[in-house]
Amino acid sequence: MITTNPSLHKEKQSRNNFNEMLQETSALTWRLFIQLIRRPSTLFAGILQPLIWLLLFAALFSKAPIDFLPGGSSYGEFLGAGLIVFTAFSGALNAGLPLMFDREFGFLNRLLVAPLSSRSSIVISSVIYITSISLLQSFAIMATSALLGYGWPSLRGFLLIAITLLLLVFAITGLSLGLAFVLPGHIELIAIIFIANLPVLFASTALAPISFMPKWLGWIASINPLTFAIEPIRMAYNNPVDLNAILINAPYGEVNGYSCLGILLILTVGLFFLIRPLLNRKLA
Amino acid sequence: MFFIQLRDLFKSYGSIRALNGLNLQVPKGSLYGLLGPNGAGKSTALKIICTLLAPDSGSVEVGGFNALLDEKETRRKLGYVAQDVAIDKILTGRELLHLQGDLYHLDKKHKKKRIEELIHRLDMHEWIDRRCGSFSGGMKRRLDLASGLLHEPELLILDEPTVGLDIESRSVIWGLLKELRKNETTILLSSHYLEEVDELADEMAIIDQGKVIASGKPDDLKKELGGDRVTLRVREFSDEVEAESVRKLIKNLNGVSNVVVNQKQGYSLNFLVQSNDVISNLSGHLSKENFEVFALSHSRPSLDDVYLQATGKTLMDAELELAGKRDFKLENKKSMR
Repeated sequence: MITTNPSLHKEKQSRNNFNEMLQETSALTWRLFIQLIRRPSTLFAGILQPLIWLLLFAALFSKAPIDFLPGGSSYGEFLGAGLIVFTAFSGALNAGLPLMFDREFGFLNRLLVAPLSSRSSIVISSVIYITSISLLQSFAIMATSALLGYGWPSLRGFLLIAITLLLLVFAITGLSLGLAFVLPGHIELIAIIFIANLPVLFASTALAPISFMPKWLGWIASINPLTFAIEPIRMAYNNPVDLNAILINAPYGEVNGYSCLGILLILTVGLFFLIRPLLNRKLA
Repeated sequence: MFFIQLRDLFKSYGSIRALNGLNLQVPKGSLYGLLGPNGAGKSTALKIICTLLAPDSGSVEVGGFNALLDEKETRRKLGYVAQDVAIDKILTGRELLHLQGDLYHLDKKHKKKRIEELIHRLDMHEWIDRRCGSFSGGMKRRLDLASGLLHEPELLILDEPTVGLDIESRSVIWGLLKELRKNETTILLSSHYLEEVDELADEMAIIDQGKVIASGKPDDLKKELGGDRVTLRVREFSDEVEAESVRKLIKNLNGVSNVVVNQKQGYSLNFLVQSNDVISNLSGHLSKENFEVFALSHSRPSLDDVYLQATGKTLMDAELELAGKRDFKLENKKSMR
C-alpha cells in the first residue's frame, strides 16, 4: 500500500515554488540587464552625471571657509557620500519607469497572464537590477573620489555603505514601483520624479551640513531619509567605523549611526507594508 | 463537454458597457470564432477569460476551474495572443521565447526543444535571432503566436490574430491553427474578418453590444437564413418612405422572407429568396407599383448576411458606428494593470 506524507508533499511543493520563483525572477532580471547592455547610454549617463557633479561642486566650494564643514574635511571629501546616496536615490526613484512602459505597451500583460509562482518576482527583479546599478555607480564615485584624494573607506566602511544603500534602494524602489501602478501613465511618473529629485537633494545634508542651513531647512534636512543614509556613508570614510557615534546634530536632538540605520529600516519596512496592499491588488 | 463557460458577464468602462450579460460555451477541442465589430466586447471577454480583467459580475469557468478564483490554474491552461503584439524591442526573437519559457517554468531541455520546433513550424529561422524592434507586423505576430504556444496550452486564445497581416503570415497562422485543431487544442479566436471565421471556425458566436446574438456552426447559421441573399435598390438614393413601401410589397411575395431595410446603404432592401423564379418575376411585381430595379445582386448567404439578419446592419456599418462611440483612452486606462 502506498501512503503519502502530507508534510513531505508540502515541503516538496514549497521547494518547487521556490525553484519556479527563482527561474522567473532570474529570467526577468536577465531581461533588464540585456536591455542595459544593449542600451548602455543610460548606464554611462548614470555614472557620468554624478562624477560631473563631484568635480563641479568640489571645485565650486573648494575655497569655502575652513570652519564651514565639521571635522575640518575638504568639500570634496564631504560631497562624496552625498553624491553616492543621491545617485542611488535617483536610480531607485526611476525604477518604476520600465514597469510603467511595460504596462503601457502591454508587455506587463504577457507577465500577468503567465502562471508566475509569485508576482513579487516582477518587483524583486527590479530591486535586484536597481541595486546592482546603484552599487556600480557608487563604486565609480568612490573610485573617482579616491583619485581626487578624498579618501577610500575601510572594509567595514564598505560593508556599511552597502547595507545603507540596500536599505535606501529597497525603500525607494518599492515606492517607485507602487507609483508605477497607481499613476495613469509615464508622464505623471516622470513629473513626480522631476519634482521630487532635486528638492530632496537640496533638503538633505548631501551638499551642506545642517549647521550651515537656516533653521527651517535644518529641520527638513534632519527628517529627510537621504540624510539618514548620507551620514553613515560619510562616517564610513572616517576610520574607525563607530555606529555609536553621533552623526546628526538635529534640531530635535542627536542621532547616532544605529539610529540612522534603524530609521532607514523602519522606512523600508513601512513603505513595503504601505505599498503591499496595492501590489497585491494589482498583482494578485 | 465545454472547455469555457461564461455566464451572465457584465463589464463596464465608466459609462460604457462593454459586456451586457454575455453567455458563451466553447466545446473542448473546437476552434471557436467570436465575430463582431471592433468595440462589440470581444477583447474584453477574452481578457476576462485570461484573468487579465475581472468582470463586474458573472461567472467564468475555464478547463474546469473557476477563472475568477483559481487564477493560477487557469493561467497554466491557456496561451494568450493579444490584439496588440507586446514584445520587447531590445530582445531577439529567440531571447523572448526563452523568457516566455522561464515564465512558464519549462525545464531547460524541453524549452530549447519547443523553441526549435516552433521556429521551424512558423518558419521563423531566418530572422529569429534579430532584435524584435526590426520585425514586421507579420513577424511579430508569428513570434507572439509562438510565445502563446510554447508551453503547449490546452486552450489558445487569439484576439484578432491576423489584423493587418501580409498574405504569407496569414496563411502560416491559418495553417497552424488548423493543425492545432486536429490535435484537440481548444482555440478561441476573435475576429472581425468574416472569411477568417468562416474558413476556420467549427462553431461561432456573433457578439453585438456586449452579448451573443447568434451562435452555432457557420454553415448552420447560414442555412438557417433559408435561401439566397438578394440586395435590391429601386433608386440610387432611396428614402425611408419609399424603402418601406417596397418592403411591404416584397414581403408579401411568395418565396421571399426576412426582408430588411438597410438604412446605412441608401435604404437598400435585403431579403432571402427560395428560388431563382422569384428574382425573375421581381421586376414585374415592382413595375406594377411604379418601382424600377436600379440595382440587384444575388448571392449565396454569407456570415455578413447572418450578421445583417440579426442586427439590421452589416458588419462594416456596425464598425463605423462603434468607432465613433469608443473612448480608447478610458478603455486603456481601465483595462491597464
